[in-house]
Amino acid sequence: MADKGGVFVFLEQTEGVLEDASMEVLGKGREIADELGSSVTGAVLGENVRGLAEQGARNGAHLVLLADSPLLKDFTAEAYASVVEKMVRAKDPDMLLIGATHNGTALAGMLAVRLGAGLMAHVVDLEVEQGTGVLLGSVPGFGGSIVAVCRCKKGRPQMATVRPGIFPAPQATAQPGTVEPFGPGLRPEDVRCQVVERVVQHGASVSKAQRVVVAGLGCKDDLSLPKKLAEATGSAFGVSRPLSDKGLAPKNLVVGSTGSSLNAKLAVVVGVSGAAHFTSGLRNVETVVAVNLDPNAEIFKHADYCVVGDARRLVPKVVSELGGNEH
Amino acid sequence: MNIVVCMKVTPKIEQIKFDEVKKTIIREGVENELNDADKNALESALKLRDSVGGKVTVLSMGPPSFEPFLRLAVAMGADDAVLLSDRAFGGADTFATSRVLAAGIEKLEPFDLVLCGEASSDGSTEQVPPSIAGWLGIPHVSYVSEIGVAGDKLRARREITHGHEVVEVGPPVLASVQLGCNSPRFPDFRRKRWADKEFKLRVITNQDLAFAPTDVGLEGSRTEVTGLSRMRSPERKREVIQGAEDDVVRRLVEIVRG
Repeated sequence: MADKGGVFVFLEQTEGVLEDASMEVLGKGREIADELGSSVTGAVLGENVRGLAEQGARNGAHLVLLADSPLLKDFTAEAYASVVEKMVRAKDPDMLLIGATHNGTALAGMLAVRLGAGLMAHVVDLEVEQGTGVLLGSVPGFGGSIVAVCRCKKGRPQMATVRPGIFPAPQATAQPGTVEPFGPGLRPEDVRCQVVERVVQHGASVSKAQRVVVAGLGCKDDLSLPKKLAEATGSAFGVSRPLSDKGLAPKNLVVGSTGSSLNAKLAVVVGVSGAAHFTSGLRNVETVVAVNLDPNAEIFKHADYCVVGDARRLVPKVVSELGGNEH
Repeated sequence: MNIVVCMKVTPKIEQIKFDEVKKTIIREGVENELNDADKNALESALKLRDSVGGKVTVLSMGPPSFEPFLRLAVAMGADDAVLLSDRAFGGADTFATSRVLAAGIEKLEPFDLVLCGEASSDGSTEQVPPSIAGWLGIPHVSYVSEIGVAGDKLRARREITHGHEVVEVGPPVLASVQLGCNSPRFPDFRRKRWADKEFKLRVITNQDLAFAPTDVGLEGSRTEVTGLSRMRSPERKREVIQGAEDDVVRRLVEIVRG
């Protein structure tokens, strides 16, 4: 049955775990669908992932299409795009929302072309225009300092990838949706890219944490101190993008426009200079404490408490005062 | 191996100012540069060519004023450079941009690998590389930090949200390269003189690509911008904590204890 006018959400999984970013998009998708009086369809692709489809159906999706196949065990952009394209063509939704994870971003760009659809990338807000029902997306650009409100003027569905950590996780619904198997119609030769090795570590999401310690380049590649501070304060640990690029921390810990937005009550930011693409990830933090050697560091414009000083001297003392182990 | 590297010329974003009254971006006086991540893509291409042989062609879309930047890429070691330039291509979103780049790639000799930077510093959508792959109908591997040859396939390490993975894929393929994954080489001085004075840069216009005006540029775009605003950061207290180290530590402890 086609569901014209509906909202379609890609529910991404890695190694049998649904991405937080996908769940957040599902919650927002449900909100939009309720506003428009339409429905939400989710898509789960993978191998032996029926449980994840059911999880989507309990958390806001009216219907979850489940493509379960050994050929979909690993995310590969081309094979996934061809299956999601078939699903979207079958359901003819008005909107297609995808969490802006690495895989979600790769999927979205290919899908937009295959569907002839407009795509708003990495949106930090979504709303439905009054009267027209058109989707408006707030798209950050120029390092996150300027935001453009965009719309899809041609092509359907209206597509958006959504930055992780922007919308809250959905509430379980009283009436769970249904799960419907979907034949992926893939032949082995259609999967041209093979994953031969994968190292994955699922940790707590920085975007959900109540307290976060974030380390930047000023920590001089030694993350042991900020990590101890995180431990002593019961905080999650995050990093600015360059530390992750250097291989010192995984991508899911990155705070800012190419990573996650924080939603913490308290963020202690150590040794981060404060470029716009970083500080845009602090907008929803209640209290920001910044520690930096440079009194003119940009980060101090975005902090409630500005500590000019050497973190390598200050942090061990703070940890020790808090009763943690400074060594 | 024939490698095409898509490169964008971007404004230096730290020089960009926003006109609060007109709600527009002030571009006057802003210098341009080769997009950083695209330089990483070029470096990956040059390394690969230097190890297995072949040819590296850089491809960009933009006005004739971008030519010197492509010559710079040639001075860094690219064998050839092609500029896709036509007024009809202007004002394009990622859909229309990727369409023209894909058509440009198809005008070149058959390729094994297309490399792009993961994102541009100005738009940061990360959507052009997967969209080009969509137009070309080839596999796409994103966030690549290392790429090499394994038998008759390409082998790449890519960063994913919770870790990394290694993939193998046969050519032709498009890969987008992670920003900062290598150190782009400097232009060779002698080659720079040659690139500036003697190298013949090829320009492809819409006469060559023969797109209908409604397929490219502003008209061929699927999205439009309805308004711009500065991203407002919330007002912060900006209380400076300074003085004797022990006092600073005590205050910090108070704050983190809440």
